[in-house]
Amino acid sequence: MLDADFFRRWLSSCAVLVDREAEWLTELDSAIGDADHGSNLQRGFAAVTAVLEKESPNAPGAVLMLAGRQLISSVGGASGPLYGTLLRRTGKALGDVAEVTPAQLAEALRMGVAAVAQLGGAKAGDKTMLDALEPAVAALGDTTDSFAAARDAAEQGALATVPMQAHKGRASYLGERSIGHQDPGATSSALIVAALAEAVA
Amino acid sequence: MRMLINVPETVVADALRGMAAAHPELTVDVENRLIIRRDAPVAGMVGLVSGGGSGHEPLHGGFVGPGMLSAACPGEVFTSPVPDQMARAAAAVDSGEGVLFIVKNYTGDVLNFDMAVELAEDEGVRLAKVLVDDDVAVTDSLFTAGRRGTGATLFVEKIAGAAAEAGAPLERVEAIARQVNESSRSFGVALSAVTTPAKGTPTFDLPAGELELGIGIHGEPGRERRPMMTSREIADFVVNAVLEDRRPAGPVLVLVNGMGATPLLELYGFNAEVQRTLTERGVAVARTLVGNYVTSLDMAGCSVTLCQVDEELLRLWDAPVQTAALRWGR
Repeated sequence: MLDADFFRRWLSSCAVLVDREAEWLTELDSAIGDADHGSNLQRGFAAVTAVLEKESPNAPGAVLMLAGRQLISSVGGASGPLYGTLLRRTGKALGDVAEVTPAQLAEALRMGVAAVAQLGGAKAGDKTMLDALEPAVAALGDTTDSFAAARDAAEQGALATVPMQAHKGRASYLGERSIGHQDPGATSSALIVAALAEAVA
Repeated sequence: MRMLINVPETVVADALRGMAAAHPELTVDVENRLIIRRDAPVAGMVGLVSGGGSGHEPLHGGFVGPGMLSAACPGEVFTSPVPDQMARAAAAVDSGEGVLFIVKNYTGDVLNFDMAVELAEDEGVRLAKVLVDDDVAVTDSLFTAGRRGTGATLFVEKIAGAAAEAGAPLERVEAIARQVNESSRSFGVALSAVTTPAKGTPTFDLPAGELELGIGIHGEPGRERRPMMTSREIADFVVNAVLEDRRPAGPVLVLVNGMGATPLLELYGFNAEVQRTLTERGVAVARTLVGNYVTSLDMAGCSVTLCQVDEELLRLWDAPVQTAALRWGR
């Protein structure tokens, strides 16, 4: 069973991974975006860590809803509302129970990812975070062992964005010139899924 | 890259503190990142709120004041502001007549302003929203995020601001803002890449002797790269791109806009070429504005925006304005 502490570990793991890879994310973003993805997410997850230390909700759903609201209020850009919505919608789907099963989390995350797709109007193959998130939630199963499979699926999904032409977001302005670059959003999504696998380890 | 900053993390807050010191006629809330007319809310007047990433100064904060914006919400450099800022701004400028959000068409700006609309409506503010999408360098199709908002933002904010100042109701101010956007087209050119404080190195590599055509204002590369051209050739290319998309049926406002690092000497020389090519193509010019207004940090280059105006829009353009960056009349 996964309790509020597990979700706090997941989010602090997100902060650590984003911190470690911030320069790389910004580097990817400067090729096809505007060179701020790393610093924006660093600021966002630092704010999440701070608010979770101050308030300690004792239900998984409440932890994710608070974290999502904090991302929306601190990140800006497209990634703030999109990641904020991912966490808020997932948290909402988990309800106010004190513990959830991996299967319940998988189902809630699928709803969260669907909400991201709806908000951003994107679909798989558009060279966005969905190209990592959708394979990840598809790989999630009934046990925490599946978190590692989700991590691998997300990483492969992020790598698979390299030959794609962007159809959404700032990279889409480049047209064919967006081909040949890994999508920063899919890359940070893979980090967030990797953090999930770390939180269980 | 040498920059006149302390540390990258505080550039926006530092600039807001400096703005507060220079402009006592504005209320600058450094903590919540708001620039508001000191006399807001003005009784009987629709509020105009815009915002966007920092790095485009004087847009938007430099356009706050009588005859233009009621409030501006600066985000981090090249990052849209967060919904809390716009919701707070809307509450601060709402006199009961409602508030118009002026939003440049970028995925982040649109998402954050949409969330702000929900927050502000929950607080009982009547809201309308207008998207600015004038950049013809982007193909508006299902396969892009749609055209970017660039130079036309200045025209929309000035003209809608004059309408609001004159007491027009929300629906009318919104309709005018929409008309200005629909009548405007822009195209931009970069002679150098942009360096953000956070990254410290240029966001794209532009070799000496080349220029980038169809750039945006966030350091995103353009659609095409060519060997360096003369001012005359650039003017022909840029004006042609704008006119191919929309051939004005009447006189136009012309904005010859610098991207930040191109000297006014060059911009005025470029304007001479723009005016020449417009005359050759039979386009009548009603008014011209030359300067750095919708910038991209330290990028060298320029953009041209044409906005077709009727008598009403021209009268609103000529109406008095008193902001940090644009002031005339009175």
